[in-house]
Amino acid sequence: MSRQNFSALSLLWRGLSRHGGWREQWRKPEPKAAYDAIIVGGGGHGLGAAYYLAKEHGIGNVAVLEKGWIGGGNTGRNTTIIRSNYLFNESAALYDHSVKLWEGLSQELDYNVMFSPRGVMMLAHTVHDIQVFKRHVHANRCNGVDNEWLEPEQAKAFCPPLNISSDIRYPVLGAALQRRGGTARHDAVAWGYARAADALGVDIIENCEVTAIRRDAGGAVEALETTRGVIRSHKVGVSAAGHTSVIMAMAGVRLPLESYPLQALVSEPIKPIFPCVVMSNTIHAYISQSDKGELVIGAGTDAYTSYTQRGALHINMHTLDAICELFPNFRRLAMLRNWGGIVDVTPDRSPIIAKTPVPGLYVNCGWGTGGFKATPGSAHVFAWTMARDQAHPINAPFTIERFRDGYLIDEAAAAAVAH
Amino acid sequence: MLIIVCPFCGKRPEIEFTYGGQAHITRPERPSELDDQAWAEFLYMRSNTKGIHAERWRHARGCGRFFNALRDTTTDHFVATYRIDEPQPQIEQPAEPVPPP
Ligand SMILES: Cc1cc2nc3c(=O)[nH]c(=O)nc-3n(C[C@H](O)[C@H](O)[C@H](O)COP(=O)(O)OP(=O)(O)OC[C@H]3O[C@@H](n4cnc5c(N)ncnc54)[C@H](O)[C@@H]3O)c2cc1C
Ligand SMILES: [Zn+2]
Repeated sequence: MSRQNFSALSLLWRGLSRHGGWREQWRKPEPKAAYDAIIVGGGGHGLGAAYYLAKEHGIGNVAVLEKGWIGGGNTGRNTTIIRSNYLFNESAALYDHSVKLWEGLSQELDYNVMFSPRGVMMLAHTVHDIQVFKRHVHANRCNGVDNEWLEPEQAKAFCPPLNISSDIRYPVLGAALQRRGGTARHDAVAWGYARAADALGVDIIENCEVTAIRRDAGGAVEALETTRGVIRSHKVGVSAAGHTSVIMAMAGVRLPLESYPLQALVSEPIKPIFPCVVMSNTIHAYISQSDKGELVIGAGTDAYTSYTQRGALHINMHTLDAICELFPNFRRLAMLRNWGGIVDVTPDRSPIIAKTPVPGLYVNCGWGTGGFKATPGSAHVFAWTMARDQAHPINAPFTIERFRDGYLIDEAAAAAVAH
Repeated sequence: MLIIVCPFCGKRPEIEFTYGGQAHITRPERPSELDDQAWAEFLYMRSNTKGIHAERWRHARGCGRFFNALRDTTTDHFVATYRIDEPQPQIEQPAEPVPPP
């Protein structure tokens, strides 16, 4: 079955013919007995890695195993903020690699991922914030990553609904703005990669939960036991976000991860009012407006580890308190729905994209509260690492062993809060 | 919001408590004899259990005392709370997640 391409002409034609004739955008194959490589986890990171394995490394005999439906994990639950203004050289290289891929992703995949570089503005509320943000601005500039300091009036000019009066609980003292940052459509990222990977021969297998990892006499990965039977492969990449610890434990690998609920919520849809993304790490709130008109609002993580994919209401209330102070216009909006995802947090808040002590087993995890922005870049270097059994220079610092050797990439300390 | 039973004060709402991570991680007796791998284990590696998890809590906005709890991380249901000088109650991992009462 050949892939249907999208163009203005094909859309017009389908429109005129009442949208008949659209086919499924990817196959629903039965799992084969064996693959050259298997990715566990059908989120953006896993689907992207499968795509790059086929596209850039010529490994097309690949399966993506997803226990639910693709994009049903954090990929489909996140608030889609994309930026690369991280402090350390290692992080700047990784996240900016991703932003550069975002810029051409819709063309690359022939699928509109709706990447919208509308600018991400991070608010400073304390002297400490000002110092930290200015340090980020300078460090970013040294790394060729755009980030600029705004005074409160400039911040208000960039985002008119923002309240910069000095009589609120945490007045806005300035902001750091990354103009190349923005948002993208979360589902489209999963679907776009799935469709493009499928066209290159990748099998996307949903409702297929990995339940055990079989290893040979030498300890290397041999096969996966799943709810749809045993599937053999000598190369397995785990890209399972909040469930990474559970899967890696099947191969006896311990990781420095803890899984926390992270929540978000959306308002009723309104006319376009919010031109950018605003984040406030200090008071745990971030907000943007989706193309449907809903205000998309994110909170900080819940207090305790959990796998429930839900969190406590008071966490959302705390975030809404902050939103109402910063944007008094929004006080009367009704909130439509809220939800949670389970995020895998490392002690230094940087990811792990690496080989593991088990031959043939690779892991891409630890993205915590902020891995959507990294989807294309992370998938790209993870595929490289799996294909060549060797890290790409960009992900070489993001090992498991950094916790043993003391080479933390401490964005946690750099931001002083979850981010 | 969860209702948590402080072993000293009884049932209280979650916002009175702070979470202290995995319980029963003992500080090494002779730190100078530890190699880097053992230090990394102690400092960073966590069980991150899906199921019954032994963890520390502190009744920060109440009596101020630390205690331990067993909580099912698939439901957030607290199976038991106990004082830090008490041994961990022995509870089987449930085969199926137990719905909260
Ligand atoms: C509320 C919320 C807001 C967020 N906001 C942002 C943001 O604004 N910006 C940002 O950059 N990041 C954000 N994030 C983080 C971001 O969503 C994640 O880091 C990123 O989407 C992770 O992608 P993934 O593909 O690794 O994981 P996922 O999309 O979670 O995919 C992992 C998949 O693995 C599957 N799986 C698990 N166990 C198994 C098994 N045993 N067998 C088979 N499959 C399995 C799961 O079902 C899941 O589909 C947010 C997260 C949440 C929850
Ligand atoms: Zn108490």
